[in-house]
Amino acid sequence: MIKLKGIAKTYKLGAETVHALRNVDLTIHDGEFMAIMGPSGSGKSTLMNIVGCLDRPTEGIYQLDGINVSRLGDAQVARVRNRRLGFVFQSFNLLPHLNAIDQVAMPLSYRGVANRKQLARTALKLVGLGARMHHRPTQLSGGQQQRVAIARAIVGNPTIILADEPTGALDTKTSHDVMEIFRKLNEERGITIAFVTHEHDVAAYTRRIVSLRDGEIVSDEPNVPSYAHVATPAADVQAQAATEGRPPPSEAPA
Amino acid sequence: MSLLDIFITALIALRSNFLRTMLTMLGIIIGIASVISLTAAGEGAQQGVADRIRGLGSNLMFVRPYSAQPAGGLASVLPGAGPALFYEDANAIAEANIPGIDSMASQNVVGLSGDFIQAKVIYRSQSVTTTLVGTEPSYQQVRDFYVDNGRFLSEDDVDKKGLVVVLGAAIARDVFGDKDPVGESIVIFAGPSAQFGVRFSFTVIGVMEERGASAQGNQDDQVFVPLPSFQARVALLRNARGYTNVQQINVKLADKSAEEPVKLAIADVLRKQHNIINEDDFQIQSQSDVLSTATSVDRTLQVLLVSIAIIALVVGGIGIMNIMLVSVSERTREIGIRKAVGAKRFDILMQFVIEALVVTTIGGAIGVLAGVGAIEFAKYFEIGGSDTKYLITPTWVGLGLGMSAVTGLVFGVYPAWRASRLDPIEALRRE
Repeated sequence: MIKLKGIAKTYKLGAETVHALRNVDLTIHDGEFMAIMGPSGSGKSTLMNIVGCLDRPTEGIYQLDGINVSRLGDAQVARVRNRRLGFVFQSFNLLPHLNAIDQVAMPLSYRGVANRKQLARTALKLVGLGARMHHRPTQLSGGQQQRVAIARAIVGNPTIILADEPTGALDTKTSHDVMEIFRKLNEERGITIAFVTHEHDVAAYTRRIVSLRDGEIVSDEPNVPSYAHVATPAADVQAQAATEGRPPPSEAPA
Repeated sequence: MSLLDIFITALIALRSNFLRTMLTMLGIIIGIASVISLTAAGEGAQQGVADRIRGLGSNLMFVRPYSAQPAGGLASVLPGAGPALFYEDANAIAEANIPGIDSMASQNVVGLSGDFIQAKVIYRSQSVTTTLVGTEPSYQQVRDFYVDNGRFLSEDDVDKKGLVVVLGAAIARDVFGDKDPVGESIVIFAGPSAQFGVRFSFTVIGVMEERGASAQGNQDDQVFVPLPSFQARVALLRNARGYTNVQQINVKLADKSAEEPVKLAIADVLRKQHNIINEDDFQIQSQSDVLSTATSVDRTLQVLLVSIAIIALVVGGIGIMNIMLVSVSERTREIGIRKAVGAKRFDILMQFVIEALVVTTIGGAIGVLAGVGAIEFAKYFEIGGSDTKYLITPTWVGLGLGMSAVTGLVFGVYPAWRASRLDPIEALRRE
């Protein structure tokens, strides 16, 4: 469970102080599937980076599964990023010189997992990239790159996947393929998924939508998922087939 | 992350940035190769000088008149032109029976390269420039330099101021070729110019063994005559008292440890001979004194070479620095990505340390090979002459490797260390 209390983030831009976030309180329960929306400059990416332990709040308390993350040292935060969280970026952030398997296996190398290539293959199959395992980022399309990034995020069996505009660089069809993968991960494996988007049809997949404006939460509404009409059967079948080859998640929520 | 994993990660990163890796290595290779080759030339030159001085014979001591002018000049041969040593001084030293002296031989030398007076051996139509050494029979033992064919100068030759000569091996070959020179008659000329000088006819009695170069020139280019033969016949070289001037008395020690007591004892004898109360008019130089003077002169050359080598190393280091710094923004992004998926600061640091170590080790090894190769090349093609020595010293190899490793580590790791301290999102934002 994620619990933010009084989170604020300020930047100094020359003499000016920019308030990216002001006094944000937010709780994300295990197994939730939610979107954070808002116009550009509303602080939604900053919020996601803080939740993903990629950035630190200027003020406030961030508790992740009861642990006060802001008090952790470098090695402990690294452990949280590595084991509990998976992060997906808008610009994929893949390493240009690694092929898909090495890309996906990388997080596991930081915890000394022996059969990480095997686990990486399984994760790649899960996102429907079973045939592209030895390709480098430049040899993959945007959608394929994002799926490699998702495989990298899920390979460590995280309880939470966070994403900052995961479909921002993708076309509509590919966007829905990616959302379909997220939906399945949430429904079938109980992984908490929270992402930032400004596209309403992408946010429509979720069960909760939080809106930000000028660094503050202006609305927090439940949503009735409406993905069925946009889901492509192909992605569905692909994801389904891949899921079957994978053992059940060990950290599934109660 | 296990060490093997870090190692593999580093290798993949190096391979994927092949050009950058190669350019970095090039900086290291040039730096190390120049340090090794230049210092080898410097150390070799020094070693060469030391060897030549040792080649004069072991445990030698030289007694010379002390003057501000360099020894071996006109002043030491011409009577009345400054302080002088005499044959009688040598006899006095011999009669004092100083313990520790093995043997001694006086000598007068003319015609060394750069001398005012030139010496020539003339045989029929041939004329060969030589170094003329007037000395005694004991010269053979003192200098550990023996006759090979015929005989050396005898006591009788010296007493009778005989016109006999022993030729150096090179002179004998140049003048006589395959013919046996013993018993032949040659003319020896000595003087400041071809028009002005003295000439006497000498009979060849022997040829010296082959010896090679020494600090005093090529010893095979010398000819040996009895000490007083020239002076007795040239009025200009005689002094009022009828004494024979001596440029140098060579003293061979029985044992190197006797150096200091023998020095003091000889000085005592000479002070009595010359009635000296205040300042000595002679100097006694041991071989180690000569060695230290010569090597200190040579050290100047070495300082120059080492300076060039260090400049090369620094320039190489700047190359490494430049390439490393240019790649920092790209690497900062990689650091951000790795941290975002769970790399600790330590993991990042280790990756860059290993990368730097791999580059500097491989670059260093190639640099050492290139340096040694350059030396072998110089040796093979006799660059700087056939007797130029090159000495590769472990100190300089180690220093070169160490400095490039430090450069690689500092400039490869320091920016990475700074980047690893950023929050991942900061590192990812850097462009």
